[in-house]
Amino acid sequence: MTSLLSQSINLFAVVLLVLAFAMIAQRRILTLIHLFTLQGAALAAATLIVGYLTGQHHLYFSAALTFVLKVVLIPILLHRVILRLNVRWDVETLFNIPTTMLIGIVLVIFAFNLAAPIAGLSTSIARGTLGIALACVLLSFLMMIVRAKAVPQVIGFLSMENGLFFAATAATSGMPMIVELGIAFDVLVGILILGVFMFQIREQFDSLDIRHLEKLKED
Amino acid sequence: MLVLDWILIVIAGWLALGVAGIGALRNTAFVARVLFPAGAVLAVALAGFAVAGLLGTPETAVLALGLPDLPFHLRLDGLSAFFLLVIGAIAFGISIFAAGYFRHGEGTPPGLMCLEYHLFLASMALVVLADDAYAFMVMWETMALSSFFLVTANHRVPAIREAGFLYLLIAHIGALGILLCFGVLQANTGDYTFANMRAQSLSPLWASAAFLLATVGFGAKAGILPLHVWLPEAHPAAPSPVSALMSAVMLKTAIYGLLRVSFDLLGAQQWWWGVLLMAVGLATALYGVVFSAVQTDMKRLLAYSSIENIGLLFVGIGLGVLFNAYGMKALSALALTAALYHVLGHAFFKSLLFLATGSVLHATGERSLGKLGGLMRRMPWVAWLSLVGVLASSGLPPFSGFVSEWLLLQSFLFTTGLPDSFLNMLVPVLAAGIALVAALAGYTMVKFFGVIFLGQPREPKLADAHPASPLERAGLVWLGAGCVLLGLFPVQVIGLIDRVTRLLVGGGIADTVRANGWLLLSPSSIDRASYGPLVFLGVVSLAVLLTAVLVRKLYHGRLRRAPAWDCGFPAQTARMQDTAEGFGQPIRQIFEPFFRMRRELPSPFDAKPHYRVTIEDHFWHWLYLPVARLTSLIARGVGRLQQGRIAIYLLYSFVTLMVLLLVVKS
Repeated sequence: MTSLLSQSINLFAVVLLVLAFAMIAQRRILTLIHLFTLQGAALAAATLIVGYLTGQHHLYFSAALTFVLKVVLIPILLHRVILRLNVRWDVETLFNIPTTMLIGIVLVIFAFNLAAPIAGLSTSIARGTLGIALACVLLSFLMMIVRAKAVPQVIGFLSMENGLFFAATAATSGMPMIVELGIAFDVLVGILILGVFMFQIREQFDSLDIRHLEKLKED
Repeated sequence: MLVLDWILIVIAGWLALGVAGIGALRNTAFVARVLFPAGAVLAVALAGFAVAGLLGTPETAVLALGLPDLPFHLRLDGLSAFFLLVIGAIAFGISIFAAGYFRHGEGTPPGLMCLEYHLFLASMALVVLADDAYAFMVMWETMALSSFFLVTANHRVPAIREAGFLYLLIAHIGALGILLCFGVLQANTGDYTFANMRAQSLSPLWASAAFLLATVGFGAKAGILPLHVWLPEAHPAAPSPVSALMSAVMLKTAIYGLLRVSFDLLGAQQWWWGVLLMAVGLATALYGVVFSAVQTDMKRLLAYSSIENIGLLFVGIGLGVLFNAYGMKALSALALTAALYHVLGHAFFKSLLFLATGSVLHATGERSLGKLGGLMRRMPWVAWLSLVGVLASSGLPPFSGFVSEWLLLQSFLFTTGLPDSFLNMLVPVLAAGIALVAALAGYTMVKFFGVIFLGQPREPKLADAHPASPLERAGLVWLGAGCVLLGLFPVQVIGLIDRVTRLLVGGGIADTVRANGWLLLSPSSIDRASYGPLVFLGVVSLAVLLTAVLVRKLYHGRLRRAPAWDCGFPAQTARMQDTAEGFGQPIRQIFEPFFRMRRELPSPFDAKPHYRVTIEDHFWHWLYLPVARLTSLIARGVGRLQQGRIAIYLLYSFVTLMVLLLVVKS
């Protein structure tokens, strides 16, 4: 039973990675949000299992927090934003998607290479997944860079936070509760502020294309 | 109940008054007539508790403020109690004065001013009470910020905003130095309480690093060369009670910090620290007094005079360090007593003079010395009390300035006993420098008093000058009384200061002084030197009285008012009096290399001649402008990074992350 469960952590880790790739490949915003929700769910499940296996009970709480925040609250907020801004089917291209995917593969290799020595030091049950977590962070970062519209960038930011959270769980069985609460609160506030920003950008430029922001540069 | 608790209650009271000021934001009458007098009562209570603390044993407390697991440690010992006494006694006079000073419609609303003012007072009190680096830095920055907002009270004037910015900039350079100094002092233990720092024994190299950082850090706040430029800008910009508070009290918190770090935490071990402090101090003093002598704005004049006094304090502290490094505890205590006496004396007379300029400014609307004059008749209270301050500032007996300068020179006379032959030749030369500074300070004060209060009014509008309000007078009287009492009863005051020097160097001079009785002040032995202020006062008063009586007798009491001797001129106007520029001209000539001077002389055929002279600081062109140019050059280079595209910015972070990860990995 225990070995099955520890295998399932690896499974969820792989799900996270695949979802990260899917998000890079996905053009449509609505689908992006669905993918993000799924990622949150996978993260919550993985945290739950790590908590069960290591007996760290505060991880149950983290899992619950993750679920409430990333599977319920933030997706609802994002849905409302895109509904109001009417960008549900927005298609945006800044960069060739196949090329991005190739860069993503390079990043994953890099991340695994990087995580190998650290994973050897770590004693956590989920240490093999540290490379995956790091890869998720880098891939989400890449997504933020290559997207031209504001909403996908925000989703990239949030999914990067997912990766970080997973890395923390994998390497050290979770962060101290106070830090976790702080980050959760930051993410929530961040999404609200970014939501306001998106409305402001739209109002100012009649579009959510962040290329308009280049005009704000000081000469 | 501990004395420290009472002091904390006073501080809490100040904060409450500040909050009450927010409640009565634009109600000038309430703020001025109720809140400021209440603050003054608290201030005098603080001074009382400080004396109790000075005589009592050290007390500590832990405030559950700040971050979790990182509370504020407070400690009341002799040194902090002495500076609390300075804060309380001076704040009492200034608060009373301020109650009569604030008027309607000057920039910041009065309620906000009240908050900033009391926050400033409270943060200064907490700075000297702090017993760990964290509390100290928080309070230090609170002090800098609240005083910044007080300086920029009249923020609609661009020059005042610039002055405030300069002040804030240099305050932060100083704060950086202090922060780094504490970082060195805790010696990698991670414990930032002063008790831990005291327990560390640093290697001479690191101790010197800490000392130099502290000198730069506290020196920036105190206004030593070359970090003095903010003082002559910020003091004239601020409202007069604020200038008085900054000059008289805030500069002293920097002196407190220097004493705390170099003596209490570092033990003042190296002799060259003392020499460095003395050299910097003397340069600052000379620079300050020479610039002070050529100013034509009365508040700038006083600001430069503050620079000079800070220089003298540094010299005294440096001498204390020097003696202490050679193990001469009693002489070290003598030098420190002189410095601490001067702290107290300067606080009283400089606040008195700044407040007097405030009264003159309100009465006439004029700050330039060239447009004042003859105010003795219009504002007799302010004039006579200023005379007290001016005499104390010039270091004349029987006022406070004389005692401290005399003690300082006395301690210089012992430097021939130093075991190092170079030092006992060179240090007495510095004493000559001190004497020069004292003489020039007298010159400056004659100019200050003579041009403002004596002679004839230089402008017709000065005839409407109204005397100061009763509350303003009351504040001035308190400060003037302080100058006189400090001058008349030095033996008793030294008894208090003795507690501080015992804490700092483990020696004191009070026993020697007391052995000679309360009438005569003699720091070493009665044969060597002694000074009896009351005797002096008695003789002087008697001589004056006798002269007056004799004159009355010989001239049968006839008093006749007539036009002054015309010297054969067809007409004589007030403009023909000696001006501030004229009075300072010899100094300008003698010390010409000190200044960067531009003069426009009118041609002889000009029907409406204009004479203009601007005097600038060399440091401004040698040090500050090059740094500013370099900064803007670098900023332009960095500005190229700014592409305006978020993707590029993200890419920067991404690349940085990758590089850092690679570095970590290898």
